[in-house]
Amino acid sequence: MSIRNSVPQQVEDVLALHRRGFLKSAGLLMASLGSWATEAAAQSATTSQGPGPYPILDFRQVDSWIVIHENNTATFYVGKTDPGQGTGTGFRQLMSDELDIAFDKTTCIMGSTDITVDQIGSGGSTAMERDSWPMRRVAAEARRVLLEMASTRLGVPVDQLTVNNAVITAKSDASKRVSYGELIAGKKFHVTLTGDSIYTVTGKAKTKTVPELKYTGQSLQRDDIPAKVDGTLKWGTGVKLPGMVHARNVKPPYACAKLAAIDESSVKSLPGFIKVINKGNYVAVVCEREEQAIRAARQLKTTWEKPATAPFPTSEKLFDYMRTAPSASPRPSAPAVVGNPDGAFSAAAKTIEAEYEIPFQGHTALGGAHALADPSNGQMTIYSNDMKTYGMRRCVATFLGMPADRVRVVYMAGPQGFGRSAAEDAACEAAWIARDLGRPVRMQWMRDEETAWDTKSPAFFVKMRGALDAAGRLSGYDYLARSCDLNHVGYNEPDTVLIAQLMGARRANPAAGSAAMPSDMYAIPNRKMVGEVVGLPALWETPLRTGNLRDPNGPQATFATESFIDEAAAAAQADPLEFRLNLLQAATGDDSGFRRARSIAVLKAAAKAYGWEPRPSPVRRGTGNILTGRGIAYTFRGLTMVAQIAEVEVNRQTGHVWAKRLVCAHDCGLVVNPDGLRYTVECGALYGLSRALHEEVRFNTEKVTSVDWFSHPTLRHADTPDRIDVVQVNGDPNPNRPDLPPYGAGEAVLKPMLAAIGNAIFDATGVRIRRVPFRPDRVLAALKAAKV
Amino acid sequence: MSKIDLKVNGRSLSVESEPATPLLYILRNEVGLEGPKFGCGLGQCGACTVLINGAAVRSCITPVSAVKGEITTLEGLAPQGKLHPLQQAWIDEQVPQCGFCQNGQILNAKVLLDKTPHPTNAQIRQAMNDTLCRCMSYYRVQTAIKRASKAMAAGSPVAEEGVVA
Repeated sequence: MSIRNSVPQQVEDVLALHRRGFLKSAGLLMASLGSWATEAAAQSATTSQGPGPYPILDFRQVDSWIVIHENNTATFYVGKTDPGQGTGTGFRQLMSDELDIAFDKTTCIMGSTDITVDQIGSGGSTAMERDSWPMRRVAAEARRVLLEMASTRLGVPVDQLTVNNAVITAKSDASKRVSYGELIAGKKFHVTLTGDSIYTVTGKAKTKTVPELKYTGQSLQRDDIPAKVDGTLKWGTGVKLPGMVHARNVKPPYACAKLAAIDESSVKSLPGFIKVINKGNYVAVVCEREEQAIRAARQLKTTWEKPATAPFPTSEKLFDYMRTAPSASPRPSAPAVVGNPDGAFSAAAKTIEAEYEIPFQGHTALGGAHALADPSNGQMTIYSNDMKTYGMRRCVATFLGMPADRVRVVYMAGPQGFGRSAAEDAACEAAWIARDLGRPVRMQWMRDEETAWDTKSPAFFVKMRGALDAAGRLSGYDYLARSCDLNHVGYNEPDTVLIAQLMGARRANPAAGSAAMPSDMYAIPNRKMVGEVVGLPALWETPLRTGNLRDPNGPQATFATESFIDEAAAAAQADPLEFRLNLLQAATGDDSGFRRARSIAVLKAAAKAYGWEPRPSPVRRGTGNILTGRGIAYTFRGLTMVAQIAEVEVNRQTGHVWAKRLVCAHDCGLVVNPDGLRYTVECGALYGLSRALHEEVRFNTEKVTSVDWFSHPTLRHADTPDRIDVVQVNGDPNPNRPDLPPYGAGEAVLKPMLAAIGNAIFDATGVRIRRVPFRPDRVLAALKAAKV
Repeated sequence: MSKIDLKVNGRSLSVESEPATPLLYILRNEVGLEGPKFGCGLGQCGACTVLINGAAVRSCITPVSAVKGEITTLEGLAPQGKLHPLQQAWIDEQVPQCGFCQNGQILNAKVLLDKTPHPTNAQIRQAMNDTLCRCMSYYRVQTAIKRASKAMAAGSPVAEEGVVA
């Protein structure tokens, strides 16, 4: 089968399974649409409490993971989702290798809760690093079992057999052969694996070493792409069910507003109107057609009371607030102290200080939250792009008070949310309304509510102090990070999801987020590091609620730390690359992941690819309108190392910044698909650039005023660099390790980008801007203040 | 509700709709197409783009009654199953991440190449600037446009580098 054909087939497989279940369980397709709603509601109400139709799959069964078909092809079922980085193709590469089957004879089905085991879904760049391992072990075990079956069938000992492309042959007699399909198609493995958890599950077989992997390491084309460009892909936004209706929310116009009145007569006579849904401060309208629901939601007259006190300061005053707000960390930890920082500061030849500010940044997915909920026959099926469908299943079940085995989530393609699609709101809303009406309900958030009310990446205020000794070395370092992250919304939590807050069904106390520590391998002998969480005055029913956005704390903390290292280099009049390398090479010890050696390697690789010439920053400033400079930054995320170099042009008349060139050196261990990794890194780097140049949530003391693509801008085509170089530095210092594991990729790359751009602006202009995003008005004001 | 006649991807059909309903909802819900997406409903992001008589139109802010001409959606670019050179270039350059915006990227690129078969980098950036991508596939989109431009000049899609399977 070709890759082109395999994608629609994958989606079809999932939908076909659904359709079969739908017909079997409800028989609703035969009902006329006129009587449909009442019938469904009646069925729903009278369902007995037997075992539900969607029990959890047993991850200890090989059959839960792999099905071999009569035509000697295989389908892999994995508990992951692929929001767009091509991980599904990567899983196929690894599993094909372990099973010994041709890559193009396989397909991979992901994420639907009733047909795949629970591997959580996606998040944290864990696809290859953590979750590919159980898949590999199960595929290897399936191969081992098939060899045993062939041994019995052919009467040849296992060690006298060889496997090639799913055909097992006797080494000494090529006529003795049998295919996987002939051995097992139409039957089940019935092999039970061992291991306490999905992470440790294993068979008896060993996985292959790196040199034995054939498809792994090849730039095979992603199997999801053809259907995304020819228009055949079925999206979560496009599922149609008989009798389905459309819902839209009516959001409170202010944070913490209290609903005083609804005038239903304002919409009752509108075409297609079905119902106003209301509980507490949650309001939605339902209509037969989508455009009717949009109109009714806009037209519904509601009256709200403002809260007695302001829920938050304005976005302009946010950092004044964060500087002085009391620490609200629920478990205050003692400062992390290394060496004798006080001593380093008292002995310093020079001391530098700086404060950095990173605002709230929105997830602002290109498409808003959305879900279709089907309540037929006492069950609940959710069609969703939730990246953690298994959590959504539990969340919806708990929220509705339904047994989890009556709830399933069918995973569908959707707009990338980078964490938002698991801190998701639409599924509980759609399910709530669907159960109320007894009809399938599609909920879709509009642009203004998504941009204003989606979860936000926490704002950070970071204060740093450094001690330089007489030789210009950074001998001491103080780091205080304050993160505005007290009302952190976790993934698929039934008691923090927005509808639960608005209905008054929320938990009592918020779950605080965190303020990250620096992640570097610099040998700075004396350090003091503190991370504190602060909260806004209002924590609930507010659009300023925080959630995990692609590397949740990394870009903020690293903007501060890697800007500060640059400031220290400038204070020491040292080349910023050499200054970093000296700090890394001032110690010789390393950890088990070789993070020191690999930090040095990525910095050197980036510098080489860029053509870095040593000199201190800033460069001698040009006389024209366009000032050009370069900046470097480095960090790691887990065991993945990244160094970024940006070359920028700053227009001194307008303050406009263009990153003309980016170089990213990236080491994530074993690379499963080099081109797939390269493009994910390219896109991740540009995403970091977007947060460096554009993204910021604005608000007054009543509400968020960022409601569209002008008031919460994003990177655009015009911002794209002329050139992006991705250097894959994988596996250093031992590139030929047969046991080289894959580490995470995707999130690490954006982490140092904010600092790389800030450092490049400093290099070009001599002006240090410690507040992102570097929007033209902000840059121009800084240049003018410095008389540039 | 009134009966409105449309021609979509070469097919004539009529739909029941209020005249003011944005074309997007008619194409998605009444015609059953998934190429055009709801992104903003404000004409800002380009995810809903369709071609009307060859011009790029934001279907989320276009009343269905205002449509005068033939509508082409992403599904209509490959009428006989043979991919448009832009679609082939999109596969060759592995452009999409999530893919939600790519309908708008491809259709706006088509309008660009129809008018300007050999665009410069600056022309590409300018023509595509109002078509947003939150996965940040911009660099790949621009690379693919240049590839398609070359392929269209040569008269056929450029086949480069073996594709497994």
